[in-house]
Amino acid sequence: MEKFTVHKGIVVPLDRANVDTDAIIPKQYLKSVKKSGFGPTLFDDWRYKVAGEPGMDHSKRELHKDFVLNQARYQGGSILLARENFGCGSSREHAVWALTDYGFRTIIAPSYADIFFNNSFKNGLLPIVLSEQIVDAIFSEIASTDTYELTIDLEKQEVITPTGEVFSFEIDAFRKHCMLNGLDDIGLTLQYADDIRAYEEKRKQEAPWLFA
Amino acid sequence: MAAKTLYDKLWDAHVVREEEDGTALLYIDRHLVHEVTSPQAFEGLRLAGRSLWRANSILAVPDHNVPTTKQHRGNGTAGIDDPVAKVQVETLNKNCEDFNVKEFLMDDIRQGIVHVIGPEQGATLPGMTVVCGDSHTSTHGAFGALAHGIGTSEVEHVMATQCLIQSKMKNMLISVDGKVQAGVTAKDIVLAIIGEIGTAGGTGYAIEFAGEAIRDLSIEGRMTVCNMAIEAGARAGMIAVDQTTIDYIKGRPFAPTGETWDKAVEAWQDLVSDDDAEFDLVVRLDAAKIEPQVTWGTSPEMVLPISATIPNPADETDAVKSNGIQAALEYMGLKAGEAIDNINVDKVFIGSCTNSRIEDIREAAKIAQGNKVAKNIKLAMVVPGSGLVKHQAEEEGLDKIFIDAGFEWREPGCSMCLAMNADRLEPGERCASTSNRNFEGRQGQGGRTHLVSPAMAAAAAIHGHFIDIRTLAKEA
Repeated sequence: MEKFTVHKGIVVPLDRANVDTDAIIPKQYLKSVKKSGFGPTLFDDWRYKVAGEPGMDHSKRELHKDFVLNQARYQGGSILLARENFGCGSSREHAVWALTDYGFRTIIAPSYADIFFNNSFKNGLLPIVLSEQIVDAIFSEIASTDTYELTIDLEKQEVITPTGEVFSFEIDAFRKHCMLNGLDDIGLTLQYADDIRAYEEKRKQEAPWLFA
Repeated sequence: MAAKTLYDKLWDAHVVREEEDGTALLYIDRHLVHEVTSPQAFEGLRLAGRSLWRANSILAVPDHNVPTTKQHRGNGTAGIDDPVAKVQVETLNKNCEDFNVKEFLMDDIRQGIVHVIGPEQGATLPGMTVVCGDSHTSTHGAFGALAHGIGTSEVEHVMATQCLIQSKMKNMLISVDGKVQAGVTAKDIVLAIIGEIGTAGGTGYAIEFAGEAIRDLSIEGRMTVCNMAIEAGARAGMIAVDQTTIDYIKGRPFAPTGETWDKAVEAWQDLVSDDDAEFDLVVRLDAAKIEPQVTWGTSPEMVLPISATIPNPADETDAVKSNGIQAALEYMGLKAGEAIDNINVDKVFIGSCTNSRIEDIREAAKIAQGNKVAKNIKLAMVVPGSGLVKHQAEEEGLDKIFIDAGFEWREPGCSMCLAMNADRLEPGERCASTSNRNFEGRQGQGGRTHLVSPAMAAAAAIHGHFIDIRTLAKEA
């Protein structure tokens, strides 16, 4: 996993609540057995006029010009600004893979759905929670600025605006550690293999039917 | 000892180790696997040279991509027309072979939707932790299990370590008090709950469903309720163990037998919240006030009783919500003030991990019996949740009732719940669906989904529009 320390990037505003993972990456693309290549079909139904299929040349498809990802000023964006309950619905990690493959490193929203939130950390995509008021304020700032960039400092747990305003955010110590160091958590867990085996031995005595 | 909730008990029994910040390694007893969210996990194991920690904890089945028409089944993956989907199912088969995982292949009568076959086989037991790379894993909480969906990275993590890295969720109790009216089903109860707490109301919580109306449900009804906990934002929904739970499990292929069964049943008696257990949040609903429900928008929380009219965005003071309602009405092609029972539908889908079990099919068949699908309905389909459900329904002659009424009787799979296979809506088509998500494009790009119970879906097929099934009961 790519390390996340400090990131500065263009903010893309997606002004909708309850954005679900079906919208982030529609089902037809879930047939892939790979983790890569989902970027061109991120937000597919909102981005293109006609439904796409896996394997087609997405650069030739007709665009919904108004959709944020298609607007010139947001090209190269790497920070997504969203509304409450972002990533609800299906557990598909393809949603996170699509966001990272497109180039997003961070999302800022007032709240996230649990499974999506979890999946993000496993892929170096930092989901930041800021209050609704602050998110609202950033939406307004973007509307009145040509190229609006934010800086994210994970070590300090800060979001820094172009005018130098600083918003702090919370993150679990363990998740922060993994993100900063780009750690694979399977390797970390396997350090405790003896604890897992000891648990199994004890549990087999209490509830043997769980191991049949 | 402090009083514990059911969730507290399940959590405590599975903690392998806990860090100071509350992050824990949680042991997983049952891992269900399907073709869509597992290939990258198996590939990850291969690339890292890792093996499965405990292969016999895994049960695999292809369900999302499989065709549901008879002519496409019976010859393994050869019947899958879509080459990309075919590769995915074949990849699952190969992975299960390579890693020695038990899999029900496409032609096995035990094949079906992963959340239908787990319980059907007795592979889901009370007191278990159950995970699957699928958000509707909450279904299995109906057995007093801690069950939730995970992403593919976590699928790989469980495969390699038998554990998940977790932080404990908060406890929510949803009590549905009193008895429901005739014609009101488990689906209506859970839709009413989602309408009450909202689609993010359960975020960060494990929900325990309780109260007389929940206890009165069969285990299948309880599965329907827990299945949709995720649509209220809660990864896990659960219901305490009682005699209904134990009677359902007894004698199923994966269930314990003999002395082990007796010991298990004794242990399962404790899988209830203690009387004085404290919940972080308690929500109460009056069962008698719940009517048959119909969703009208593009989020499961956009739901109303059949007697209601479509809401007006102008009545909503919160700007984000008002915009949400406006966008939903435009997508759904509906007008504020329209009566829900006046909405015509084009297609009807009875199936999915929410509502494809034998009782669901019986409920729908009761409405269909002796009737004909209305002329404006382009397609009405019944997709049983498993080969065994299909077989049981055919033994009872339910397939004939549907076919005589003009429904299509299909082979098991996820089908038009998420339209990964050929079963889907065309742009603008409106569907009465017993599935779980009415998101934009969920059942096909531009498709318009209304979530309802199996009986309400069957009634919509017969009448061509939504209709209050309680009035049908009175006429009969």
